[in-house]
Amino acid sequence: MTKAAELAKMGEVLTNSQIGGRRNIVYNGKMQVAQRSASAVTGIGATAGYFTCDRWVYSVAGSHAGRFTMSQSTDTPNGFSNSLKLDCTTADTSIAAGELAIIRQHYEGQDLQQIKKGTSDAEQLTVSFYVKASSALTFGLELFDSDNDRQITKLFTTTTSWVRHEITFPADTTGAFNNDNARSLDLSFWIHAGSTYAGGTLNSTAFASTTTANRAAGIDSFFSSTDNEFFLTGVQMELGSVATPFEHRSFGEELALCQRYFQKYADDGNGNGYFTNGMITGTRLYGVIRWTTTMRANPTVAGTSGDFNIQSSAHTGGGFSIDETHNPSVDAVRLRTGSNSNLTNGQGAILRFDAAGSLTADSEL
Amino acid sequence: MDIKSAQYVQDENSENSCIKLVLNSMPNNVPYLLVPFSNDNRHYQAILEWVAEGNTIAEAD
Repeated sequence: MTKAAELAKMGEVLTNSQIGGRRNIVYNGKMQVAQRSASAVTGIGATAGYFTCDRWVYSVAGSHAGRFTMSQSTDTPNGFSNSLKLDCTTADTSIAAGELAIIRQHYEGQDLQQIKKGTSDAEQLTVSFYVKASSALTFGLELFDSDNDRQITKLFTTTTSWVRHEITFPADTTGAFNNDNARSLDLSFWIHAGSTYAGGTLNSTAFASTTTANRAAGIDSFFSSTDNEFFLTGVQMELGSVATPFEHRSFGEELALCQRYFQKYADDGNGNGYFTNGMITGTRLYGVIRWTTTMRANPTVAGTSGDFNIQSSAHTGGGFSIDETHNPSVDAVRLRTGSNSNLTNGQGAILRFDAAGSLTADSEL
Repeated sequence: MDIKSAQYVQDENSENSCIKLVLNSMPNNVPYLLVPFSNDNRHYQAILEWVAEGNTIAEAD
């Protein structure tokens, strides 16, 4: 870039962008945080869900045959440590109309008010990201406003090398985001779509009321071959028409941000993961755990089966499960273990993890 | 959300305190999810949709 071009770009940034504070709306854009699994998860495809890198959800519709392995990879562009890797393991070359596969992230409306969407002062949004793949594959990047059922999609094409793509979406003066903790915006990477979603003309110029067939027209299928791999990292979404350098946040900052939506408590690998103190009532232990971070909403709680150990003056033993949660809030929950006749009513006790134990709290959008 | 079953769980006062939710695809060694009665919770939203489709949340044991 010439000096003049650099100065022009700088001027544009100063004029149109938020240059102070946090610029990047995306969570875990450099795929550092993977509370659910830092290891590869195989056989993904049939069911939607969060599998590896925090906040990145796989969405699916239709009963497509495509399957893939998802992992937190260390194959990255210079300056990054992790990427999200998809590796196709079962191809799907017969795409039924209703099929779709998307990697995406959801955002709360209260975190998007700076976009001023639905007003005459609405802002443009620029999304930048690094991708590479095993071959040239064209995929769609969509902004979907779920409050007002409006969307826009732009295409990008991968290469076999890491490339930073910079895509600017026009401002939308129609349809404000609700100012609450519910889902308002999806940032979606479309990697597979049948004619229901791709049979029309891509809506790529301006936000518009959703026409389903126009959401992903022109994309390739990630499931076209088991040779296909797709890597993604350095995802940034910011106000304005200019993609500024990726905003690197510390691991601790990013983890705390992700924990608003998902928290995992686990053993240290030696069975020493003390979890909570409590009181034995009847034949069960009751204890309260306070979440590390205030969560978005009252969370779903899940514990692994039989992986909890109770220590009291009368009993030390394992094999317990969490079988009830009472009034979970955004800050805490009371847990109850399964019943065991060896526990003594009225005694205090400690609940801890066995080596394989874990407990999660989920308030994802 | 691909729901296999849902059942109320009662606390020590015999009040329904949460819903034990089983999906057709569950995380490794996690037998069920304990879902609060919270309209902001995506699992509870899915249960309400599942019920609206004609399914029933089983009574507590």
